[in-house]
Amino acid sequence: MATAVGGPTVRRTLSSDDVIMRAGLVLLTVWLAVTVALPLWALLSKSFQNSDGDFVGLANYVRYFSTPAMFQSFWNSIAVALATTAIVLPLAFIYAYALTRSCIPARWLFQALALIPILAPSLLPAISLIYLFGNQGLFKDWLFGNSIYGPLGIVIAQVFYCFPHALMILATALSMADGRLYEAADVLGASRLRVFFTVTLPSAKYGVISAGFVIFTLVITDFGIAKVIGGRFNVLATDIYKQVIGQQNFAMGAVVGFVLLMPAVLAFLADRLVQRRQMAVLSARAVPLVPRPVPARDWGLFACCGVVAGLLAGILAVAVWASFIKFWPYNLSLTLNNYNFANFDPSGWAPYWTSVRMALWVAAIGTVIVFAGAYLVEKSRGFTVGRNLVQFLATLPLAVPGLVLGLGYIFFFNAPNNPLNFLYATLGILVINTIAHFYTVVHLTAVTALKQIDAEFEAVSASLRVPFYRTLMRVTVPICLPAILDIGVYLFVNAMTTVSAVIFLYSTDTKLASIAVVNMDEAGFTAAAAAMATMIVVTSAGVKLLQVALNHAFARRTQAWRRR
Amino acid sequence: MYGEAHWPAAATLGGTSAPFLRIRNLTKLFGGFAALKDVSLDIVGGEFVCFLGPSGCGKTTLLRAIAGLDIQSEGTIEQGGRDISGLPPSARDFGIVFQSYALFPNLTVAENVGYGLRSRKLRKAAIATRVAELLTLVGLPEYGAKYPAQISGGQQQRVALARALATSPGLLLLDEPLSALDARVRLRLRHEVKALQRRLGVTTIMVTHDQEEALTMADRIVVMNHGVIEQVGTPIEIYREPATPFVADFVGTMNFLDGVLVGAGRVRLGAAELECDSDGLAPGARVRVSIRPEDVRVRGLEAGILNRLAVEIAECDFMGSFCRASLRPAAMPEAVIQADFSINLMRDYDIEPGRHLEVALPPERLGVFARD
Repeated sequence: MATAVGGPTVRRTLSSDDVIMRAGLVLLTVWLAVTVALPLWALLSKSFQNSDGDFVGLANYVRYFSTPAMFQSFWNSIAVALATTAIVLPLAFIYAYALTRSCIPARWLFQALALIPILAPSLLPAISLIYLFGNQGLFKDWLFGNSIYGPLGIVIAQVFYCFPHALMILATALSMADGRLYEAADVLGASRLRVFFTVTLPSAKYGVISAGFVIFTLVITDFGIAKVIGGRFNVLATDIYKQVIGQQNFAMGAVVGFVLLMPAVLAFLADRLVQRRQMAVLSARAVPLVPRPVPARDWGLFACCGVVAGLLAGILAVAVWASFIKFWPYNLSLTLNNYNFANFDPSGWAPYWTSVRMALWVAAIGTVIVFAGAYLVEKSRGFTVGRNLVQFLATLPLAVPGLVLGLGYIFFFNAPNNPLNFLYATLGILVINTIAHFYTVVHLTAVTALKQIDAEFEAVSASLRVPFYRTLMRVTVPICLPAILDIGVYLFVNAMTTVSAVIFLYSTDTKLASIAVVNMDEAGFTAAAAAMATMIVVTSAGVKLLQVALNHAFARRTQAWRRR
Repeated sequence: MYGEAHWPAAATLGGTSAPFLRIRNLTKLFGGFAALKDVSLDIVGGEFVCFLGPSGCGKTTLLRAIAGLDIQSEGTIEQGGRDISGLPPSARDFGIVFQSYALFPNLTVAENVGYGLRSRKLRKAAIATRVAELLTLVGLPEYGAKYPAQISGGQQQRVALARALATSPGLLLLDEPLSALDARVRLRLRHEVKALQRRLGVTTIMVTHDQEEALTMADRIVVMNHGVIEQVGTPIEIYREPATPFVADFVGTMNFLDGVLVGAGRVRLGAAELECDSDGLAPGARVRVSIRPEDVRVRGLEAGILNRLAVEIAECDFMGSFCRASLRPAAMPEAVIQADFSINLMRDYDIEPGRHLEVALPPERLGVFARD
């Protein structure tokens, strides 16, 4: 018998399916390289150049770290991020615990209220705080002479902004509970407290760590809050803006961008490491835990959730209310004048409609690209190199703060020798940038949805000689419709609320609503800023409600084949 | 154009006609791990072949290589005289049923069955006729309008079978098709699938880890272990004359006793010497002797019966229609031989733990394997 080694390797013939899918993967790689990797590279190389574009090595970095005023921002950012994490984690944990492990009444309402901050730009809580505790604030005296402009205001606003993100992760972690462990603990006579510390907390451990990293990264990279309420308290995100927009010092802006990238990348890597360990928490044979009512606990948690949800809703309500006020705080009668944006900013309502248009484009184009990309990564055969490359490039944006990406876009797309520089200052570049900015989360949503489908659909259609795209359109897409809708809505809402990346990229013709909020706030028209922020919330909330309605309709129509 | 006559007529089993499927020197590497090592196999047209083995033995890898789903690293495959070694699945000619059935949940049963027909430019009426014909064939004529989630597991399995057969493929591949079903349904479907295959005469390969399934359904069984073929044979050959200790152990229950050959056809086990068939093994060779529990004889031990052993009954496990007894031979202090005794025999010989008894191990029922 011949030995197994050394025979001729098999020459494979590619089917037309394979050829199309590989071409798709190559296209996607190019797209992600142009919209993510190359701008980052442009930023990185810029940080090693002087203002004339000559290579100066680490000179910019040396100057940055030897200027105490600049380096101070780094520590400020870290301090604010740590404080926010320390406050949000326990709050979100209790809230998530109440939602998943107790029998509190009106659970759906609490779930909905907790998601409010996601629908608003991060500027909104900062504006509310100014109305409450600012120079003209209703409750200014409550601060005992402390100023809301600075770390105090930043941290409070960040808590509002980060809460739902932490909550979603913790609720997922806590909902994965093995009921058998609790029964075993019960049988062994463990006290409720002991069960909490020996069963509940360990199983949610990775969720807690992951949520911590997410909060930390969100705070470090957020621009809007520090811009509106930071006062003279400098953080990394506002430093970039000042260097680039204020002083036109692009090289130093690139350095700060790179410094900003570091903690975000570290947090991202640490989180990936933790996630990998989490896999085996729940075995396939686990029995889901069904919470039983314990009146004392449930009402206690109800009270906690009531306070938190009340504060979240209250902060939103203040901004909305203030947007209808004639002259805060001296004349509290209601008016629609603040919505007449032309009185405050020459572009009037145009930014709002630009935002809606941009968000629609982002949702439409982004959903197609993201879902097609995830499909190619998951379902194509062979071509491991291409698939791994796309997977890597798709995960990259999560670690890149919006400001950094936006700055990279300036360097890359504005370069005179770049054939793509016709995109500069168009709505197109805002759409492309926003898709790239939020790529990772939606990519992972699509991958998760695709992984839940039977892995052999493609094999079956190949054996029946049905081309893959027909099965994709006739089977895979219909099954994934809820996830696809989810992706579209996520992209739409984020496109409506984002400030950080696009602040470097808009032109007078393509000013967005969120940027109009920043501008009007800067010009002292806080009420108009609140009004525009309210318009953003209303629009996002409307789209979100539309999604709920569509999901209901979809569930009814497809009841027959979804029944288990 | 679609009808039962379209399938190639069943060739005579084991005949001299050219094999329908020729597999030569197949090796499949996953990273550094060889899932298949130099596997060669011929399958005759119309045959029902089972790939049998424990999980990780390479049986599914071999099936997926034949389908073109995971193309082998080395080696060739020919189907019907055509070299298909490197072809993608869509350029081959087969139908496949997976363990999960992979039915499209958002399409009705009829749409699932007709899925492969639509792309072949058939007129709607022709497709509907063909679908109805196939659903009748698998015994589900009334179920066309239902969705997969609305029918039972066994019915889903039959829909998957109908879908795989819809385009009249030359080869039917079944990847553990019955293992997701409960025991009762599984037994019934064994017969139905086998009967259907016989009626259509379609060459069929089924992967299974269930030896009973392989023994009842297959014309020939391919027993695999660690990426190589241990034995190919009819169910009776595999059971009666296992070629290796692995096959002997994996298929059915088998006793193994270690000993040494002391002469042609004589083996010493402990203090006992037994007659056996020791073809090709030299005296002095260390051997492993095997016997199935049902071959241990108690009745009719007249004078002249060979290989008698005095044993003590250590335990009796009640199995329903019979008892599995553990016997300790007096001549072999370490060894335990398991024997199946009918309830009838238990009564006649008053068998219970602690009793002493004489049994015989018939020479023609003893297997002898070299041991290192």
